[in-house]
Amino acid sequence: MTAVLPPRTTAGLERAWLTDLEDEAIHIIREVLGQFERPVLLFSGGKDSIVMLHLAQKAFWPSRLPFPIMHIDTGHNFAEVIDYRDRKVAESGVRLIVASVQDAIDSGRVTETPGGIRNPLQTIPLLDAITSNRFDAVLGGARRDEEKARAKERVFSVRDDFGQWDPRNQRPELWDLYNGRHRTGEHVRVFPLSNWTELDIWAYIEREDIEVPGIYYAHEREVFERDGMLLAVTEYTQPREGETVHVESVRYRTVGDATCTGAIRSAAATVADIVTETAASTISERGATRADDRASEAAMEDRKRQGYF
Amino acid sequence: MPGELLRVVTAGSVDDGKSTLVGRLLHDAKAVLADQMTAVEAASERRGYQGADLALLVDGLRAEREQGITIDVAYRYFATNRRTFILADTPGHVQYTRNTVTGASTADVAVILVDARTGVVSQTKRHLAVTSLLRVSEIVLAVNKMDLVDFAEDVFDQIVTDFSSAAANLKVDHFTPIPIAALSGDNVVEPSARMPWYAGSSLLDFLENVEPVHDPDLPARFPVQVVIRPRTTEHPDYRGYAGRVEAGVLHRGDKVQVLPSGRVSTVAGIDTPDGELEFAPAGRSVTVRLSDDVDIARGDLIVVDGDPQPVLTRELTATLCWLTDKPLRAADRYQLRHTTRDVRAIVDGISSKLDIETVSSIDADELDLNDIGTVRIRLAEPIVVDPYSVNRSTGAFLLVDEASGATVAAGLVG
Repeated sequence: MTAVLPPRTTAGLERAWLTDLEDEAIHIIREVLGQFERPVLLFSGGKDSIVMLHLAQKAFWPSRLPFPIMHIDTGHNFAEVIDYRDRKVAESGVRLIVASVQDAIDSGRVTETPGGIRNPLQTIPLLDAITSNRFDAVLGGARRDEEKARAKERVFSVRDDFGQWDPRNQRPELWDLYNGRHRTGEHVRVFPLSNWTELDIWAYIEREDIEVPGIYYAHEREVFERDGMLLAVTEYTQPREGETVHVESVRYRTVGDATCTGAIRSAAATVADIVTETAASTISERGATRADDRASEAAMEDRKRQGYF
Repeated sequence: MPGELLRVVTAGSVDDGKSTLVGRLLHDAKAVLADQMTAVEAASERRGYQGADLALLVDGLRAEREQGITIDVAYRYFATNRRTFILADTPGHVQYTRNTVTGASTADVAVILVDARTGVVSQTKRHLAVTSLLRVSEIVLAVNKMDLVDFAEDVFDQIVTDFSSAAANLKVDHFTPIPIAALSGDNVVEPSARMPWYAGSSLLDFLENVEPVHDPDLPARFPVQVVIRPRTTEHPDYRGYAGRVEAGVLHRGDKVQVLPSGRVSTVAGIDTPDGELEFAPAGRSVTVRLSDDVDIARGDLIVVDGDPQPVLTRELTATLCWLTDKPLRAADRYQLRHTTRDVRAIVDGISSKLDIETVSSIDADELDLNDIGTVRIRLAEPIVVDPYSVNRSTGAFLLVDEASGATVAAGLVG
């Protein structure tokens, strides 16, 4: 995590390290098209995937995006995010594939967890969709600064026939030579934002003037506290006995399954406010907002080994 | 790499305290957040450690935390008012060369850790050999655990002398020694009051102010990644070559050659979605238009006319860092990946390898895991190279196992 924001130059938002990160990400995304037959870009409508889509569009400009995007839909969505997703798709003409957790539950491929949290259930629909569409490269917006198991991830990361990640047997990754060679049945996860931090993402959104869903900005919402997190009242998340509902000015730092994504108290109404708030934050985004990562020290590593994002 | 981003690699033997140093650097640079620190404190207590073990901040895998060692390269990010840092923390055991080569290949600065009690060991020389071979421009010798030798100046001086002689053998012309105690933080971020004999800067102070030397100026090199042909009503005839400038500065109007075909043309435009550029320095991802309709595909290299010219060749003399368990023997076949080009390769012969203890070349007929050796390679098709000593991009390649797809060697064009 970055805790200090380097000062802006006189040019306003001309932050040199963002250009370095952008150049690196565009180089990686172009390597995917150069090395693979059937890439796909994962798109949740969250800030990281929004930046990914923006970079991918820049990488091939003035051509249109030469591969589809895919949303692994938990069914527990924020309405603002789905609206945003559908509007972006309509504007840009990219092809959207939706793989549904609800369908997987209905068909018996996966079983609902006792707490109703659906983030970990995304793995099977994701792997099923990769297999049925014969995708050989899957672009994801994961960042190494998010979580310590992710810090061990390669930019080009091979998954076996079972979609599994073997962190102890990863290819060395040298210079900017990315090795996408894989056997039939295997696929490669590609993470162009590996070297970005949460603050870089927001500083870049500000510099590029990228639109994000409204739930990232401070707004009044009915919330209640559970396990030290602020959860919104939605059709999937209702207060239990003893949990009191009140209205607060909040925003979201991450967008995931509504049942396990918490809001933070905030008055940040603009991207510039969010950049300032992120720079000053003393809590990591996952620590602040994700119940699923609090399960154990190795919760993310275990999910990743099974084929999660 | 232009801009304010500094890439740092840390290397050291097992128990030199690398993870502790990185944890300390992040903590004292205020890059550790409250919930991450609480998690480390809780995990330390669960393991019965005295106080918070900062190494747990970076050891991300379950096996690493269980064994108290670092297995794989971990990347960490932090920023100060001066710079943004990417830190590659490379572990010191088993696949040590593989990890160090990985971290060093993109690094501007290498921090080599030595335990003050044991001094320079063969692992130290290996790290020095790898970082100098890969041309990391700045090397820091961090002598750690100074608290365990009573902060003694003569212990530090002896280690610096030993390191200097190994450095001289490897033709390393300068390095920066810093005495530290990572556990207590002496000379990591703040200068230590317990080593008044040391007048130099703290490690962070050094990292914030060092100006790494970049590759010498070459005429621009531009490997083509993807051909951009939109064929839309808006851009019916647009044809651009997308890639990253890997050396020099590419200007609009430059006379260029397309290799290996040798056709000549002129740069008609350097495009980005944010507008055209007059020039693009090394590191920039752009799309280039040429004034002539020449046949160009992924794998071609666009070079600006001028000296030194790159070499078009089907035979290479190269240094290999061998990264896999199965040894390399003469006549073995691989896929060679160089810039955006893949060609089949046969290793014709192994000339020598580096003996780490004496830091000198010895005869060899095979290369084992972690060996660094000189080989002759023959290619099925020509590639266009510069010596690694001139350019870290057009002078570098990988050898890839054709069956498994594994990366088995890092190669440096001699």
